[in-house]
Amino acid sequence: MSAMTTTAPAPTGPAPKAPSSLGRAVRSMLKSRAATFGFALVIVNIVVAILAPVLTSYDPIATDAMSALQESSGAHLLGTDALGRDTLTRTLFGGQYALAISFTATGLTVLLGSVIAGIAAYRGGIVDDIITRVLDSVLAVPAILSMLVVVTIFGTGPWVIILAVVVVYTGGVTRIVRAAAMDVMPKDFITAAKARGEGMFSILFREVFPNVLDIILVEFAMRASWVVLLISSLSFLGFGASPPTPDWGLMVAENRNLMAVVPMATLSPIAALASLIVGLNLAADGLAKSFGIDRMKEVLG
Amino acid sequence: MVTFFAKRLGWSVFTVLLATVLVFSAIQSLPGDAATQLLGQNATPSAVATMRQQLGLDEPPVSRFFTWLGKALHGDFGNSLVGGGSVAGEVGSALVNTSLLAGITIVIGILLSLVLGLVAGLTRDRWPDISISMLALVGMSVPEFVVATVLVLLFSIYIPIFPAVVIAGQNASLADLLPSVWLPAGALICVLAAYIIRMMRTSVIDVMDSEFVRTAILKGNSTSRVVFKHLLPSAMLPTLNVIAMNIAWLIGGVVVVESIFNYPGIGTLMIRSVQTRDLPTILLITVMSALTYVVCNLLADFAAFLLNPRLRYPRSSK
Repeated sequence: MSAMTTTAPAPTGPAPKAPSSLGRAVRSMLKSRAATFGFALVIVNIVVAILAPVLTSYDPIATDAMSALQESSGAHLLGTDALGRDTLTRTLFGGQYALAISFTATGLTVLLGSVIAGIAAYRGGIVDDIITRVLDSVLAVPAILSMLVVVTIFGTGPWVIILAVVVVYTGGVTRIVRAAAMDVMPKDFITAAKARGEGMFSILFREVFPNVLDIILVEFAMRASWVVLLISSLSFLGFGASPPTPDWGLMVAENRNLMAVVPMATLSPIAALASLIVGLNLAADGLAKSFGIDRMKEVLG
Repeated sequence: MVTFFAKRLGWSVFTVLLATVLVFSAIQSLPGDAATQLLGQNATPSAVATMRQQLGLDEPPVSRFFTWLGKALHGDFGNSLVGGGSVAGEVGSALVNTSLLAGITIVIGILLSLVLGLVAGLTRDRWPDISISMLALVGMSVPEFVVATVLVLLFSIYIPIFPAVVIAGQNASLADLLPSVWLPAGALICVLAAYIIRMMRTSVIDVMDSEFVRTAILKGNSTSRVVFKHLLPSAMLPTLNVIAMNIAWLIGGVVVVESIFNYPGIGTLMIRSVQTRDLPTILLITVMSALTYVVCNLLADFAAFLLNPRLRYPRSSK
């Protein structure tokens, strides 16, 4: 009996209703050890960020001059920083800012980029030309210059950082999704939807996007890894999270001059940050592979 | 072919122009301008007005843009609103310093990553490939500031052979800068190499599977002949775009790394001019960056053209 259930169904004959391509891709991805590990890393990071207040009894912000610059000990497993704050505690809390902002920003970027791409592909002609050329020029301005200009105009609140990410990365998403949407446009079901008199947005969200969902998902995972990189760099440069927020980029900036005294204060946020981004990269690789997408092509967008 | 490149060239000029318009209008919407910035918050309104007139800020934005463009086309990019010196001179000297850093990074980085990518592709799924691919994954996953910090920890603190910051000022000669260029360059190489290694590995594997390489091997060619004559030119093709894109990306990395090491280049200048709203300087930096982006892409197209005979016969391809 068990032998029968584990063998694959015969390839001939009417299949009982094929599982959706999304479900199939997720299952084939979970078979890859690297991709599963990547997803696990991302999920662990999210869970730790949410549960941080439960996981530790120290306050991530309150300073304690008496216990400044301690090495690892039973009380402070990873030592303390110059203000006597527990390094492990700040590292556990440190993902909150980066994760919340990165995922919001990436979500908005991918949504906006897809809608613009959809409009370009749907309208075609001059609309398409204008959109393509303008985005090309946005991409020609170095990302960091656009970020700095946006941050200087609006200050350094979380929504400003999100806006800056959207400005910088929408162009790339649009390029990739547009190319995929172009392939879908001439299909019969689009023509049918147009004949039914459906509006542009209804066609985009009900016909076009579901058919390029694989591209959009890979795009999300890959952009998320870049956005985490970018946001932590901004925090490091002093344009992102502001002290005393526990944030990985900021922690590295605060403690790197004390590296000779308390190396852990610098190295543990680095390790946490790297684990999150390695996880996102492995997940993006796994998604791309199981959907049969060439990830390097997406990078070029 | 000539029409193809003429068309690409036309669009490139358009792209650079549009990029400057975008940055110009974004800077216009910044609260405060160079006049208020220079005089501080306690300046009287009349002093600010006089300063605006001196700097030419009282004219409408559109006419200022075209004045700037007309002069720029004659090679005159105006004077820095803050330092007072010629913008071209200031950006030029920063650009020379950055070129030293970028040049070292590009030459070593590209050679290193092509070799590593080739080795990884040829030893697919065996230990050299696995370790190189792991390294590339790490390189993709850590920001420049982390690599820079770790390098400082290793090579300025544990084994003090390189300086942790550049002490030489804005006017230092290249020889003065040379000893301190290696750590920043090392940080940039790690980040630059990751994607090139990956792309090279993927395309080496693709080409190894192709029929003409199998034929070349079966004909009894030596391994080195197969690799250098048959494999490399084809495997380089898709890698070229990634290289071009990475060089354009380097501009962003340079900003972070330069500010960490206090390196007197274009990145440090960029951060300072955004902080002081020094529009002429920002515009020239934008033009230079956009030019770099466009030229890299044009060069990649051109190199692809040289490496791929199919592109030379326009009729056989679309």
